[in-house]
Parts: sequence; C-alpha cells; structure tokens
Amino acid sequence: MSRLVYLDNNATTCVAPEVRDAMLPFLTDLWGNPSSMHAFGGRVMRHVEEAREKVAALIHADPSEIIFTSCGTESNNAAIYGVAEILGPQARLITSRVEHPAVLGPCRHFREHGHTLIELPVDGVGQVDLAALREALFGGQCLVSLMWANNETGTIFPIDEIAALVKSVGGVIHTDAVQAVGKVPLDVRRTPVDLLSLSGHKLHAPKGIGALYVRRGTRLKTYMIGGHQEHGRRGGTENVPAIVGLGQAAELAAASLAGEAARVAPLRDRLESGLLATCPDARVNGDPRHRLPNTLNISFEFIEGEAILYHLSDLGICASSGSACSSGSLEPSHVIRAMGVPFTAVHGSIRFSLSRYTTAADIDTVLEHVPRVVAKLRALSPFVTT
Amino acid sequence: MWDYTDQVMDHFRNPRNVGKIEHPDGVGTVGALACGDALTLMFKLGPDGRIAEVKFQTFGCASAIASSSVLTEMVIGKTVEEAGRITNKQIADALGGLPDQKMHCSVMGREALEAAIHNYRTGETGMRNLDERIVCTCFGVSENEILRITRENGLSSVDEVVNFCKAGGGCGMCRNEIQKLVDGVIAERTQAKTAPGDAPRKLTNLQKIKLIEEIITREIRPALQRDHGDVELVDISGDRVTIAFRGMCAGCHASETTRHSLIEAKLRECVAPEITVVEESRS
Ligand code: FES
Repeated sequence: MSRLVYLDNNATTCVAPEVRDAMLPFLTDLWGNPSSMHAFGGRVMRHVEEAREKVAALIHADPSEIIFTSCGTESNNAAIYGVAEILGPQARLITSRVEHPAVLGPCRHFREHGHTLIELPVDGVGQVDLAALREALFGGQCLVSLMWANNETGTIFPIDEIAALVKSVGGVIHTDAVQAVGKVPLDVRRTPVDLLSLSGHKLHAPKGIGALYVRRGTRLKTYMIGGHQEHGRRGGTENVPAIVGLGQAAELAAASLAGEAARVAPLRDRLESGLLATCPDARVNGDPRHRLPNTLNISFEFIEGEAILYHLSDLGICASSGSACSSGSLEPSHVIRAMGVPFTAVHGSIRFSLSRYTTAADIDTVLEHVPRVVAKLRALSPFVTT
Repeated sequence: MWDYTDQVMDHFRNPRNVGKIEHPDGVGTVGALACGDALTLMFKLGPDGRIAEVKFQTFGCASAIASSSVLTEMVIGKTVEEAGRITNKQIADALGGLPDQKMHCSVMGREALEAAIHNYRTGETGMRNLDERIVCTCFGVSENEILRITRENGLSSVDEVVNFCKAGGGCGMCRNEIQKLVDGVIAERTQAKTAPGDAPRKLTNLQKIKLIEEIITREIRPALQRDHGDVELVDISGDRVTIAFRGMCAGCHASETTRHSLIEAKLRECVAPEITVVEESRS
C-alpha cells in the first residue's frame, strides 16, 4: 500500500506526540490513585487538576465546571439524562434531526418515557430552522440540545444566537461541541450554554476520555453513582493517563487554534475546488459560509459511497461515507437525508476531514486519485448514460 | 470495514463483464437509486442456445459489484433454463460468502437474472406481477418475494429478511407483517419435518384439504409461475388430488414429471404419503 493519507479526522485523530509523552509517566511511575490520602496519590491528583485547568482554559470555563467523562457519548448522555431527570416528564426536549446518535438516542429514550420531543428540521445546507426553534420554545420548561458543529457536513449552528434564545425563555441549553472543540474558538463566557460536551480523541488525545462542561448553578442529576470523584458528580476512579493526555491536547489546541484554522481551511478549499473541477456531477453538502475549516462533505452522483471508500482505501486514502452500505444500516446518513439531498447524490457522499497533520501533499494525492476512482465506478453505473 | 472475502474483493476490484451488449436477447433491471442499489444484466445466446455473452452495470457497494460480476461468470455457457435455476445462495457461495447484512446483494443478482430471462421469454421488461401485494413500501418488496426468500434461505427472523431483501429495514412499519409471513414459513417447515405417518392420523378431512390447498398456493404455484406455468386444484377425494395444468405447464412435455416429482412428492412429504396426484383430463 502507498503512503497513508488520513482524511478521516472527524472519526478520530492520531494521538499527538506531545500528548503521548505527557501521558507516559502515568502509565509507568506515577500510577497512584488520585483519591488516596497519601502523598503519592496526591501528586497524581495535582496533575489531574492541572489537566482540568487546561481543558477549562480551552473553552474559557472555570476548572470547577469541568467533569471528566469517558467520551463524548457519555458527556452527551450525562447532560441529557442529568437535566431531563431533574426537569421531569412535563419538560419538553428540543433537538435537531441532524444530531449525533449520542444525542438523538437519549432524547428518543426520554420520548418513550413520556417526555415530548421536538426534532427541529434543517435546510439544504444543514442549518437548523431557527423559526421552528422559536416556536418550539414556547410552552414551559425545556431542555434544548443542539450541536455546535455537525460531524458529517461541518455545518456550524449559530449557537450564540440559539443559546440566547433558549436562555430568554428560561430553558436549559446543552451543546454537543465534540466536533467544534479545538477547531474553532469556543468561549462559554460569551456563549451562554449551560452544558457542553467534548471528546479527547477528536483533538489528538487518546480514545476513552471526554469532558462535560456544566455551568455553575446548573442542576444536574448524578448519573454515575459510586465514589466521590469529580466532586460527587461522576463516581469512578479517574482515567489519569487519558485525563493528562486530554489536558495536554487542550493546551496544544488552544495554542494553535487560530493558526491551524487559517492553514487547514485553504487546504480543504483546494481539495473542494479541485474535486469539483475534475469530477463532473459532484456537489458539496454543508453550509459554505458556516462550516468547520477541516471538513468537506462531497457527493458524487450516480455512484455509491462504500465502493468509493474501498477503492480509496486500496490507494492508502482514508475517508468516510454517509452511504447506507458502509454502515450496515439500510438508510443512508440521516444528516444528508434531513438536508433533502437528492437520491442521485445521497448514496455517494464522502467526507474528507483534515487535521493539524494534514499536508499539501496529502491533498495532492487525493486530487490525483479521486477523479479516477469516480470515473471507474461511473463506468459501471447503470445511471450514467453518457 | 466489512469482512469481505478475497473473492469479493477480487471481483470488486476487477469486475468481469462490465458494460452493455448491442441487441441483447434478454435484459433485466432491478433496484433503484433511491434504494441504494441497482443492477442491469443482459445476455446474448450463442448458436448452441447457450449464454455466450453477458454484461452488467451496477450501482451499489463493493459486494453488489462483486455479486453481479461473479454471477456473469456463473451464467456463461449455461442454457437459459440452467441459468434460471441459480439461487442467491449459489451466488454468495461463489464469492466465498457475504456478510449477513449484505446478502441482499446476492438476491439482487438473482432477481436481475430472473428479470433478464423473463424479458427473453416474453419480451416484457417489467417483472413484477401487478397483482402482487407489496408488503414493504420503503423498498418495494412483495409478499411473494418475502415468502420465497424466507423459504429458499431457511430464514427465521425479520432481521434476517432485512439482510436478504431489505424489506423491513426502512421505516419498520412492515415488520409485524413480515413477522407473520416468517412465522407461516416456520410453521410449514415444522409441519414438513413431522414424521410421515404421523400426519395422516392427526389430520381430519377438512384439515387435510386445507393443508393441500395451502401447500399448492404457497409452494407449488409460485415455483411453477416462476417458469410461467401454473396449476389449479380441481378436486380432492380421499387421498386422490386432481389438478389441471395452466400456462406454460399446460402443453409442456415435462408436465408428467412436474406432476409426479414436484406436486405429488411435495404433497406426500407435507400432507400424507398415500396421496396420489392426477391430471383432470386423465381422471
Ligand atoms: S415499509 Fe418496510 S421498512 Fe418501511
């Protein structure tokens, strides 16, 4: 296989060397339990708290507002469960049709248990319908869970505006910011969200670590009951190496945030315009004006995504697809469908997601190979008449 | 990534017989863009009446491309009748197996071949009998297709049906109905397994008549209809079942064999070993 070109960073990222180095002592010498009453454990605890400060700094929160979790899914579940339980079954849950299953799943679970659930529609570029949100907000207590940025298309929701709307009616607002953290600036002092989820392995920390920001004063039912860790808000011995790794990753992300976006977006744009120029019948999915700098979701009409991915994989290129066949489900991506993308294109959508480590050479490789793969599959397609 | 066999990946990477044939003898298309997979298959016969050339075009995933490609290799050199007997299981086997969730790709191959043979025999392009009842509207799958796929592949759950023909895999509204169809086939299977000799003692006359009717409608007629033949139940008197052939079966020189080794054998197996089947004109 040729050199690996990894453009699937919205799925997971590599662990940054600095992150790995920061974690190593906690897998070797510094293995004490941070909850222990001896100095050996206490030393470890200091590193956990340092990591908390770094994660908090990345989103401009107070360290006491950060709970470490095992992943983004746990953070999302904890936020929705923790608030919905407190608000009770008369409260409405409001989310969107394009959320990650880690949000849609718990919301639908509560619908089955008596809550009213409103799933807001999105427009053709994946933007949430704010008029529908305004309408949904009327009528008493609610929890709104809307993502900061979409994992498949990169479309960024106007969370500032959304949070202000929700707060103006006294609602609780959670945002799944798993894809946004480390890619665009986030500031919870400016954006009045009550809860925010993030995940380590999307920003060059290892898998198995996440965090939930809980604004001071937000009532949240404890969902993991056990020890007194995380100030009693999440029991369970801390995953210290991963927490330290997340802290280091957060620090790196904070330091490179502005510069990285300015470097990655032009690479992504070159990929986009190159593919549009060389592959006829291709269309970009997502909001061209409000989109993550690293994400390109593009549909190649009349061919199927899994087949494209396998050919790309043979060439050492890693991407992902919203096609049904690649997922084992029979319906293609709920995100692309909710956007009303026509059937000719919906099955052939491919997501390229870049990272800090993506180079211009990577983009050149993709631009060289994709048109050939597309042409090869189009030659097989009964829907291509020319 | 799916756990595809080397054969699947080989046919996917190097699909055989891709394209179109000028003036084919038979063309069949199944699937649709909306469903995420579609296949057009066409063939041309040689002077010896065997399939000499076959080509395909597929919109679909790696296993859909591989299933279509391997199928083209399987049919070359066969007579139309021989090709018509290829099952989806044989297609999957030729690829060294397919993941469960991808079995519908092999079914699509078999259906396209069937449609192409139908086109060759009748000149018609559409395959589906308009009287057929559609059970799954999301994927346009009829009751007969579900019954047949369930029987031929020994399926026993709705999830398996989803893997084999997609029915039930969309909105899910049809799942209850599919469950009933699957239950019916399971009941047939259990009945068929009942030791011969047990059945007659357990069946009243009325039960026997009902069972004969049911087996003819569910198992025998669809099999004959696939080859454009048909059979009608005329009378049942004791163990003597009188039938009349219709369609292609009516004038067919092989109808004697069909009567004996398909209809009589099936009824003996499922109802009672004493049953004899006679044709109306000879009764
Ligand atoms: S009708 Fe069958 S899945 Fe929707």
